[in-house]
Amino acid sequence: MEWVNAVVQGTLLGGLYALFAAGLSLIFGVMRLVNIAHGDLIVLGAYLGLSVTTLLGLHPIAALIVVVPAMALIGYILQRGILNQTLGKDILPPLLVTFGLSVIIQNALLETYSADPQKMNAGALETASVSIGSLSLGLLPVLTFGIAIVVIASLQWMFYRTSLGRAFRATSDNQEIAQLMGLNRRHIFGLAMALALGVTAIAGIMLGIRTSFDPSIGGGRLIFGFEAVIIGGLGNLWGTLIGGVILGVAQTIGAKIDPGWQLLAGHIAFLVILAVRPNGLFPRINE
Amino acid sequence: MSTPNLNVTRTSGVTKIAALLGLVVLIILVAAPYWAGRADMRLMGEIFLYLALASLWNLMAGYAGLVSVGQQAYVGFGGYMLFALTMFGGLHPIAAIVVTGALGAIIAVPVALLIFRLRGAYFAIGTWVIAEVFRLSFAQASALGGGSGSSLPVGIVRSLASSRSGREHLSYWLALASAVIVIAAVYFFLRSRNGLALTAIRDNELAAGSLGIDIWRTKFIVYIVTAALTAMIGALIFLQKLRISPDAAFSVNDWTAFVIFIVVIGGIGTIEGPIIGTLIFFLLRETLADLGTIYLMVLGVVAIVIMLKAPSGIWGLLRSRFDLELFPLSYRVKQNKKG
Repeated sequence: MEWVNAVVQGTLLGGLYALFAAGLSLIFGVMRLVNIAHGDLIVLGAYLGLSVTTLLGLHPIAALIVVVPAMALIGYILQRGILNQTLGKDILPPLLVTFGLSVIIQNALLETYSADPQKMNAGALETASVSIGSLSLGLLPVLTFGIAIVVIASLQWMFYRTSLGRAFRATSDNQEIAQLMGLNRRHIFGLAMALALGVTAIAGIMLGIRTSFDPSIGGGRLIFGFEAVIIGGLGNLWGTLIGGVILGVAQTIGAKIDPGWQLLAGHIAFLVILAVRPNGLFPRINE
Repeated sequence: MSTPNLNVTRTSGVTKIAALLGLVVLIILVAAPYWAGRADMRLMGEIFLYLALASLWNLMAGYAGLVSVGQQAYVGFGGYMLFALTMFGGLHPIAAIVVTGALGAIIAVPVALLIFRLRGAYFAIGTWVIAEVFRLSFAQASALGGGSGSSLPVGIVRSLASSRSGREHLSYWLALASAVIVIAAVYFFLRSRNGLALTAIRDNELAAGSLGIDIWRTKFIVYIVTAALTAMIGALIFLQKLRISPDAAFSVNDWTAFVIFIVVIGGIGTIEGPIIGTLIFFLLRETLADLGTIYLMVLGVVAIVIMLKAPSGIWGLLRSRFDLELFPLSYRVKQNKKG
């Protein structure tokens, strides 16, 4: 029963990792950009949530109303102001520019909020649980997992059922032809980054309610998101959710064997899948 | 195809002068224990080690197109191997550094086989995952102090040289030697057959492949050689620090972020770039270090601006303006004066 419990808790944890990964997957899908600053942007989302909850006295979940649009705006400005200039055949500029951004965001957070670990107070939500049989599920992990499903389903719907999604797919397939068809690719990319950072804001707030955070943890969150994307297969959003779940389950099972093994077990699961299925389990994009 | 009055050469007046000046500077630097103070020598030792790390990273990213953000894996591995080999293997520290290089190459083989499956930017994050795996694994090694790390026993430190100044001189010379060896290795590698292949890959991977260059093999060799040398530099770094812990050994900021900034600012894909970048980096650090986190933000901004406005870095700007090259690598066609 303990093992069943570990698997269930790991699955729910996977929801959080899928939220980390969804933004990464979306940006890569639309403009083949890998954002090294993604983890630090998640942490930025958490800190914005913290500021909003303390300044306005809002519940962290309610703070989403402010933080999601704020992060989306940051994303649009970031894309149009800086990142659009880096896109092209050479992979070095986007990589190094987002790496620079990562260092800037991290140190700006350190300067503003100090290195002390912070946590958002979500009141009863943090401790409430539901019992199913002999399993006890925390309400917060269940809610996070539910949000991950809703976010991925909406992104999937947006991608394949709306005109914005059509514009994303068209630009992704062929930028020049899309441009000829009257799409402004700079604007489209801006919108994609805005959407991605909106999702990142949700990820940041769910992270900030679940655990304490400090400015230095961005790199680790980037790696979790990246592993979920690769395990699930590039460009496949539902695959990303499954990737997150596999990562989460590997971690909780690892922690069950020995607490020191939690993170290592997740990384090893990722490397094993990379060795066996280099394109991930359900790849959509063939590079 | 050669016409009698044309000749193809690599050397030029500038490269000859540069070689001569380089030799003079090297002699002055070797003699530093006789003219420099203790603190200056420490700083210069650190500069040489960063120069070596930057030259190696530049060989990978600038020439082989392997952008790694996980070189701290080998720096930390090298440091830990130095501690393990001297503490449990009973090796002399200098012998341990050599063995560390071999071990670095061996561990890099399975790593390369795995992460070479990832393309481009995903390769970069893959290298970071490897570095995390190394960090977490060494944090589990209780014989080496686990998560809190350990110090190098006094006996081992003494085995280097009995007096404090003797040890300081030796570690200065080791750092200087490492920078000279790495730059020389990169230079001769680039002039070799493999280096020619590498330069072709840098300029156009598709064209290089169609000319029959085995791209995978060339990149693989670069990755393994870089890993071995980076591990040896890591061993040297922690021989100077005398204390190691997982967080310090596998720090992404110290061993990768700074190195990337150095190469980008100096000029990626040239041998001269990392040298200039290292000097600028330490100049900035010595003047702005009091600002702490602001200094790092300034560094990030400078790197972004250079990447956007002058992607070939400071050396690239100078080179295109004055047609300069200090290391004779590219070929020039010259007209013979007699003809």
